[in-house]
Amino acid sequence: MKIKAQVAMVMHLDKCIGCHTCSVTCKNTWTNRPGTEYMWFNNVETRPGTGYPKRWEDTERFKGGWTLKNGKLQLKAGGPISKLMNIFYNPDMATMDDYYEPWTYNYQNLIDSPKGEHLPVARPQSVITGEYIDKPEWGSNWDDDLAGGTETVSQDPTVEKLQDHISMEYEKTFMMYLPRICEHCLNPSCVASCPSGALYKRDEDGIVLVDQEACRGWRFCMSGCPYHKVYYNWNTHKAEKCNFCYPRTEAGLPTICSETCVGRIRYIGVVLYDADKVKEAASVEDPQDLYESQLSVFQDPFDPEVIEAAKKAGINDEWIESAQNSPVYKMAMKWKIALPLHPEYRTLPMVWYVPPLSPIMNHITNEDDLSTDGYIPAVDQMRIPVEYLASILAADDTKLIRRVLLKLTAMRVHMRGKTVGGIDAFRQSELLKEANTTPEELEDMARLLGIAKYNERFVIPTGRREMDDDLYYAQGACSLEDLAPPEGMASLIGGNS
Amino acid sequence: MGDVFWWVIFPYACLIIMVFGLLYRFAFRQLTWAAPSTEFFEKKWLRFGSPLFHWGVIFAFIGHLMGIVVPMGFYDALGISNHLYHLGAVYGGSLAGLMMVVGLIILLIRKIVFNPVRVHATFADFYSVIALLIIAGIGTYITMFGNFTPEEFDYRSAIGPWFRSLFVLSPQYQLMTSIPFIFKLHTLLGFGLFGSIPFTRLVHFYSIPVAYPTRAPQQYRSRAQYKNKSS
Repeated sequence: MKIKAQVAMVMHLDKCIGCHTCSVTCKNTWTNRPGTEYMWFNNVETRPGTGYPKRWEDTERFKGGWTLKNGKLQLKAGGPISKLMNIFYNPDMATMDDYYEPWTYNYQNLIDSPKGEHLPVARPQSVITGEYIDKPEWGSNWDDDLAGGTETVSQDPTVEKLQDHISMEYEKTFMMYLPRICEHCLNPSCVASCPSGALYKRDEDGIVLVDQEACRGWRFCMSGCPYHKVYYNWNTHKAEKCNFCYPRTEAGLPTICSETCVGRIRYIGVVLYDADKVKEAASVEDPQDLYESQLSVFQDPFDPEVIEAAKKAGINDEWIESAQNSPVYKMAMKWKIALPLHPEYRTLPMVWYVPPLSPIMNHITNEDDLSTDGYIPAVDQMRIPVEYLASILAADDTKLIRRVLLKLTAMRVHMRGKTVGGIDAFRQSELLKEANTTPEELEDMARLLGIAKYNERFVIPTGRREMDDDLYYAQGACSLEDLAPPEGMASLIGGNS
Repeated sequence: MGDVFWWVIFPYACLIIMVFGLLYRFAFRQLTWAAPSTEFFEKKWLRFGSPLFHWGVIFAFIGHLMGIVVPMGFYDALGISNHLYHLGAVYGGSLAGLMMVVGLIILLIRKIVFNPVRVHATFADFYSVIALLIIAGIGTYITMFGNFTPEEFDYRSAIGPWFRSLFVLSPQYQLMTSIPFIFKLHTLLGFGLFGSIPFTRLVHFYSIPVAYPTRAPQQYRSRAQYKNKSS
């Protein structure tokens, strides 16, 4: 057993209102420099839609993530040897056309233009070439709120796959928001794709980072990440990606996207996992088993044996306590209402999603249908097809989605019963049985999903600075660490301590 | 005196600038050390130009090793006749040279024609492509149309020994005084290019990730590294 800690996130999609505040604050914090204009470490996609970059889920084209070949786990785009053979031209890489040509506006013209008959305008101007763009034709949220209509919706790879289940009739239109950041996977394919070894997963918190000094710009991470969350900076010629706002999380603060989330949909917490089990978990035969196998990697933070092993691995009490209070552990591992995005990519992603409920498509005419158990068939008649959610969050396992939706429905029925009556009927109901839950659990869920305060949504221990073994040296050294000689008794043989 | 300058001082100066320039850039300008790809802007032309050129360079590099660094005696010991070596050198060299020249022309056109690529190309970028094109062009010309039979002039008995003598610090510059001019030009331009490597994008040659296949796929790093340091 090799216990490692991972800082993970859950997003409760029911509460996402698609306001893009997360994207904007993230951009203002991290990617408002030349070369990063097109980078959206955080973006919010309207589903169904093309996503960003266009059709990123088309793994047959971009060849991101892992695949099983003769029972062995392999990078879908090919291993190190084939990467070295393709190093002069990456056939799988997305280009600026798949993202968009970033532009600004010539605001100066509004100030400088001489007095004239017409109002001056600020023309759009490419930040890549400086040329004027007559008409910007694509951007990161061009199809926001289904505004691309059938033209963009039909480009959604999931819609293509599910043609039988999804019809593009106006009356059956559905929509949901999918905010995305880097998944900080347990089995990151970007890390494995990097020829220079510049990408790495941090031991302390599992955050996946790019070493800017070691990156040589070979760009295999860009196509190697099936979520397309590693970007190439055309200005510095190095890769950049979401860093889970590590300067904030190390100080115990939530990421800026979570901090500013208007709907308070995001939860951050620590989970403990067994690093020795990761490869095995990613190598199960059936993609639909990946969800369960990923869950088996996580360790119960209350188990004395696990605590013992965690301490041995250098994880301190504050982190273990945070793992015990972790909202992520509760939602994803205990209640099993949060699901990983595209588990079939075999990267074991660590940003989890509580699938959204949606209005029922049918007219309820019979009053009996309003009884508690009437909600069971309702789950199958929700506006967002279960098949669509299953394709995104469950490797097409509709039963899994149905189970989660039932539990979320049971929670609503229960909480409604508590206020308007009918709680006794609910306790006896089939719904409770079929959702495989208890009123107590539902109430805990309702608290965390509905009214949890800041400190409950974000349980983030500070960086383990006290574990650094040179704190005495650092104290008072200010920023002279590398200049000042290490203190302590000089040994006779040389070297220090 | 001119011979001493061109065949002793100049090559050493170029090599010293290369070595110390690379060390300086590696130590203090690490953030600029990359293969500055423009594939993000344009990949249709790159698809042909880049692999053609790069594989051509690799073949040409190996060819130069075989012709200049490996002494003639080695081939004699293996029983490879002059004629056989020459055949290999002419056909292999021509192929590598043509790949480089065609690839570089494609890359140069691409650099000029596509606006995002051109706008972000620096002087050093154009310099390296054009310099490589000139040197590769001369080399290819020598190989394909030079018509130098081994009896007339064999670079393996002049340039080879001179090149090796540079590295044992007793340069035999006399060997180079009477070789055909076009060989002189190719050699000197080549050394000039070596000297300019630290100032261009060509540094990425020294970062070929040959160790990639041998390392573990997943990389973990500790921020504090207290686990490694504590003793």
